[in-house]
Amino acid sequence: MGDSGAGGMRQFVERHTFWAIIILLAAAVLLWMIFAVWPEWLISAIGRKKTFVNTLLNGVTLGGLYFLVASGFTLVFGLMRNVNLAHGSLYLLGAYIGYEVAEASGNWFLGLAVAFLAMAASGVLMQVLIFRRMEGDDLRQTLVTIAISIIAADLMLAVWTGTTYQFAPPEWLFGATTLPIVSVVKASGDPVFIKYPIYRLTVLGVALTVGIGLWLFLNRTKIGMMIRAGVNDRQMLSASGVNVQLLFALVFAIGAGLAGFAGVVGGTALSIAPGEDIRYLLASLIVVIVGGLGSVTGAAIGALLIGLAEQFGLAYFPTYGVVLTFLIMVVVLAVRPQGLMGEG
Amino acid sequence: MDARQLFSGNSLLSELRPGPLVAVAFLLAYPAFASDFFIFQIGAYSLILGTIALSLTMLAGYGGMVSLAQLTVAGLAGYLVAILGDNSVGVMGLGWPWWLTVPVAILGAALFSVFVGAISVRTEGIYTIMITLAIAVAFFYFVRQNYVIFNGFTGFAGVEPPAIFGLYWRDPAPFYYLTLALSGGFFLAVLYASRSTFGLSLQAIRDNPRRMRALGYDVTLHRIVAYFLSGLIAGTAGVLLVWFNGRISPGSVGIDVAIDILVIAVVGGMRHPVGPFIGAIAFVLLENFAIDLIDRERFNTVIGLAFLLVVLFSPDGLLGIWNRLRDKLRLGRNARQDARRGEGGERQPAESLEQT
Repeated sequence: MGDSGAGGMRQFVERHTFWAIIILLAAAVLLWMIFAVWPEWLISAIGRKKTFVNTLLNGVTLGGLYFLVASGFTLVFGLMRNVNLAHGSLYLLGAYIGYEVAEASGNWFLGLAVAFLAMAASGVLMQVLIFRRMEGDDLRQTLVTIAISIIAADLMLAVWTGTTYQFAPPEWLFGATTLPIVSVVKASGDPVFIKYPIYRLTVLGVALTVGIGLWLFLNRTKIGMMIRAGVNDRQMLSASGVNVQLLFALVFAIGAGLAGFAGVVGGTALSIAPGEDIRYLLASLIVVIVGGLGSVTGAAIGALLIGLAEQFGLAYFPTYGVVLTFLIMVVVLAVRPQGLMGEG
Repeated sequence: MDARQLFSGNSLLSELRPGPLVAVAFLLAYPAFASDFFIFQIGAYSLILGTIALSLTMLAGYGGMVSLAQLTVAGLAGYLVAILGDNSVGVMGLGWPWWLTVPVAILGAALFSVFVGAISVRTEGIYTIMITLAIAVAFFYFVRQNYVIFNGFTGFAGVEPPAIFGLYWRDPAPFYYLTLALSGGFFLAVLYASRSTFGLSLQAIRDNPRRMRALGYDVTLHRIVAYFLSGLIAGTAGVLLVWFNGRISPGSVGIDVAIDILVIAVVGGMRHPVGPFIGAIAFVLLENFAIDLIDRERFNTVIGLAFLLVVLFSPDGLLGIWNRLRDKLRLGRNARQDARRGEGGERQPAESLEQT
């Protein structure tokens, strides 16, 4: 939060002209690599174009998914200074509940909606029953969330066992679409276009929509204004007559709901199984450490970076993929301990 | 946090009271009357877990840095023992002698701990827990994927302690005394260090880093040295742990186990080095005997609930509960005795910690 949009961009260009040029150049090279037909030397250097473009798209969509999970995490932290380590559990529980509802009703969208609402409700419950009792005690709150995640993981294992579940999304989200990107030109002169699953593109679209929606909500509505004010100075906001507890509950509902929402979206793209909670918790942690705790823009940048790093690591050096993600975190911490978009 | 307890005495000897003496006598005589299962699976295992948790207590209780990577540090030492020494898997196993393997493993773990510290000390509070958690998870995924050095999913088996003085050190009694000697040594070392100049500065940094920085202390250096020392403790415990299990795999450094260590430290109480050992005993007993009460599969729910209850109702753990009970008893007695030592009741709880 504390984002400033276009004004911020101009300021960035004015202040860091050198870096702005570097970023522009990198973007130009990237665009060329996506749309041009690759010459021989490039193929011999880093492999086929199809692999590259697919990895890139996978990375971006995974980044979108990570953003969905991490934005709720960072939103809650920004306002309440509450590191909710049970966020991964909310993701997984949302996925399971969404799955049950979708199976029972045969409507995937109903599953999505119920997952959001159910997790939002449990978020409010957590805030009202537990976190309100220990306000200002960061460490204790964190420990409580760890305890909740242990219990939740075990109970989910008891209910849904270790089986892997697979969603059945609506028909029209299945299958692949042809992108206007040429991978190679055949000897006969016909271009070969790259195909990509529709559902993954939808994930990206959903992440973008949620991101823009959050931005508008935080920057253009009165409640968003209150939330931003609360991030800067909670006591002052409370003193000016805003019901801070209500605001906390609302933000917790949005954050937890987004986790459940991401559970269904991500569970459909990949699958649902025990252990996913830890995976998405780790992703959220690294994304917000890299992006800066409390910043939604930071979460977007961090999610994109981590998603890309993970997929490129997987495609080009499988054994050390985790190390790449980890390295990004270490480098960011060494250069900017507060994260890329963090304040202070 | 009230740090008065740590100033309460200058020498350890003057504080000898019946409580600790009985505890020491019990611990020494324990193998004489306990069965092999109780000596090895309960006794030695509690001491090892307690020692890993002690390294966390030292960082978190005295340094204010809650690190979830302590088990990772211990696990790295275990892996190094398997890699540099002998194992039965046929991957790595360089066959170094134990007197080289063990120090290198412990030192390697301590250096890794310094690395963890160096990454996380520039940030404060809640960030530390997140970064160390990320490190722990990343390490877990890394050893699981890396087959060349860490033998991936399977890990290593057949890691044996050396035969010195003609003893097989994995026999219950010798192993118990080995862990007792090492964990007891670390316990006293932490107790002593907490009253040394270094320990006092570390606690002052915990309470007010800005002020200490303004007074001219090198805050970062103090914290990193604390990470190094806790790495030595965790590394040694890691060597013991791999000897205890005879094997090590990614599951041994998994995030659930790392959180167990945190649970042990918090449930025991972080205000005194005896806390982690109390927590470890409670944990191991629960782990072994909760099966009788509930389904074994739901053990994590029980642990989670116990953790939740302690965090909600007694933030300073079992030690805190004990102290409050003692406080009440003592206040009642003092009130009855006389008004002359009226303030004694307030001062007692701090010192009474030594007796547990």
